Order: sequence, then structure tokens, then C-alpha cells
Amino acid sequence: MDARSKLLDLAAFIDRVERGTGGADFRFAAFRSALTALEARKNRAEKVLLALSDPTKMPIPAATTKAATGAYPPAAKTPKRHRKK
Amino acid sequence: MRYIEPHGHMVSRTTDDYQAMATAGCEAVCEPAFWAGFDRSSADGFYDYFCQLTEHEPKRAAKFGLQHYTWLCINPKESEDVSLADHVLAIIPPLLERPTVLGIGEIGLNKNSKNEINVLEKHVDLAARFNQLILVHTPHLEDKYKGTRLILDVLKNDRRIKPERCIIDHVEEHTVKMVLDAGFWAGMTLYPESKCTPARAIDIMDVYGTEQIWMNSACDWGISVPLAVPRTALEMRKRGYAEDTIDKMIYRNPIQFMSQSPKFKIKA
Repeated sequence: MDARSKLLDLAAFIDRVERGTGGADFRFAAFRSALTALEARKNRAEKVLLALSDPTKMPIPAATTKAATGAYPPAAKTPKRHRKK
Repeated sequence: MRYIEPHGHMVSRTTDDYQAMATAGCEAVCEPAFWAGFDRSSADGFYDYFCQLTEHEPKRAAKFGLQHYTWLCINPKESEDVSLADHVLAIIPPLLERPTVLGIGEIGLNKNSKNEINVLEKHVDLAARFNQLILVHTPHLEDKYKGTRLILDVLKNDRRIKPERCIIDHVEEHTVKMVLDAGFWAGMTLYPESKCTPARAIDIMDVYGTEQIWMNSACDWGISVPLAVPRTALEMRKRGYAEDTIDKMIYRNPIQFMSQSPKFKIKA
């Protein structure tokens, strides 16, 4: 029952967001992308967490906020030297 | 049921919470220094907070038969201001002699910035010079995986640091293995939304066992549950864990780690 309830919450959440009229949110794109980890054969929780994580290891120059957003912005996922102009 | 709350920010909680924890079987609560929810403006503000942690809070806990211990530092959320951090670090050494101070914590990273790493290294140096235990906060959400790797590098790069004297807190499924494999203790924080739910914490125990690992509520001024540890113990019982294993997770393991400080008085 607990998992069924949570599954329905997720389904309703996606419907709710898609009914919205606001602009795109990178967190929702990351969320949908992380859903694919549920199809993995094992370690699904770890894979979901990694899909939502900053994969880099270079410290940022300075912290401009204290808050985390829950997902890593897609623009930041590609190192600058590899980005198309 | 007997248990230790190894990480609770009791200055943010009501006296009713102390009473409920004592009623549930808590024998001691350990309180790392924390971010107040706003930035303090000076080292004097930290000094007052450290006095609250070492003088006032033990008395409040004692009214309910609870022992209260603490850890001192400037939290990574306030580490971007290196000048302030330096002033705070300077007032800590004499306070380490107070009878309920177990070590340096909760240090670590928040947004994984260069200044945060600089201040983390200074805290690690302080702990090494004064032979203190270390309690580490790992970052939130998308920053945790990167931050945990950076923190482990800082600790491993200082040859004076013994992994078994450091607890890396707030581990989740994607960070617990790297922490345990490197010989550190791992802490699982039981939150209703972020970090670990009780069910996931027990899943981690299923996979990684119960050595060098503890659970805490990290109850503070945010969404958190002061009774999360005993509630998770009930969930462990429901999932078939033996009473001895439950006792090890919620009582003997925290004692084993914190007894590395001679100031920790509870013996398993």
C-alpha cells in the first residue's frame, strides 16, 4: 500500500506539473531523466541519486547561495571547453 | 529500548522534546555546532553559542536524566567568509577543554566552494593539533556526491587523521560505500524528506551491515523528528532484525565511536 500510494503521488505530481503554464524547470527535466533509473536491474536508489547529483569534482570559485535545488543544472553538466559556441 | 541520539540540535528544540526522548529510552544526546538559520555577524555571536552548547544545554538535558555532549566549529554554511571563520577558529581551542566537548564538528562542505575547503582544512588541522574526534557534515541533495568525495580527499591528505576517529554524516546510497571503504564511520540521518527515510536507512544496513555506522535524527529547526531513532528501531524490529542488532545500531555503536573521547561517560 505504501509503495502504491507513493507511485500514485508521483503520477499525480507529473500530471500537475504538465498542467502548469509556467516555463520549463531544469529540475523537472532531471526528475524525468532520473525516472529511467527505475528500469535498472539493481541499485536503483543509488542510480536515482547519481542522476540528480553534480558529477564533477572541481570546487566552485565561491558559494553564492546556501541552498541546494535537488538537481544539477544541465548547462553545468558539460565542461565549458566541450560546450558548442 | 535504550538509545543514544548522536546528532541533535537541541538548542532548536523544545523541552517537551527532551522529555519525549528520555521517555523513549534516550540516555545521551550529542549536539554538533550548527548554522542558526541566519548568519551570525561576529565571532562573539559564536562564543555565546558555544557557551549555550557547553553550559546551558547540558543543564536543560540533565533535568530529564539525559547526558548532553557537544562538538564545536563554524558550520560550512558560514565558511564562505574566511575572515569570520578565522576569528571563530581562534576562540575554539580553550573551549575544547570543557568537560562535555567531544571534538570538532559538524565541519564539512555545503556548496563545495574553494573557501569552504580552505576552512575545512583549517578545522581538520585544529582537530589534529588538539587530538580531537571529527564529525563531518556532507552537503545536501545534488551537492552531496561531489562534496563527500572532496571531504574524503581532505581527510586522507592529512596523515595525522585516523579514519576511525572521524564520522562522515548524512550518507545515502550513493556515498555510504566510499565512506566505509576508506575506513571512516558513517552516519545516516533520518529525515522525513531529504537524506534517509527510516526504510532506506535499514535498506543500507541490509546491504552494508552494522559495523562503523550509526543513525541520528539531526533534529533541528527544520522538518525533522526528534524520535526518529527509536521509531527506526521499531521499523528494524518489524523487518526481523534481532534485538541485539538493534541495540548495537542505536546504542553500542554510538558509544563505541564517542568513547574514543575520554569525556564520553556512558559505557556499553
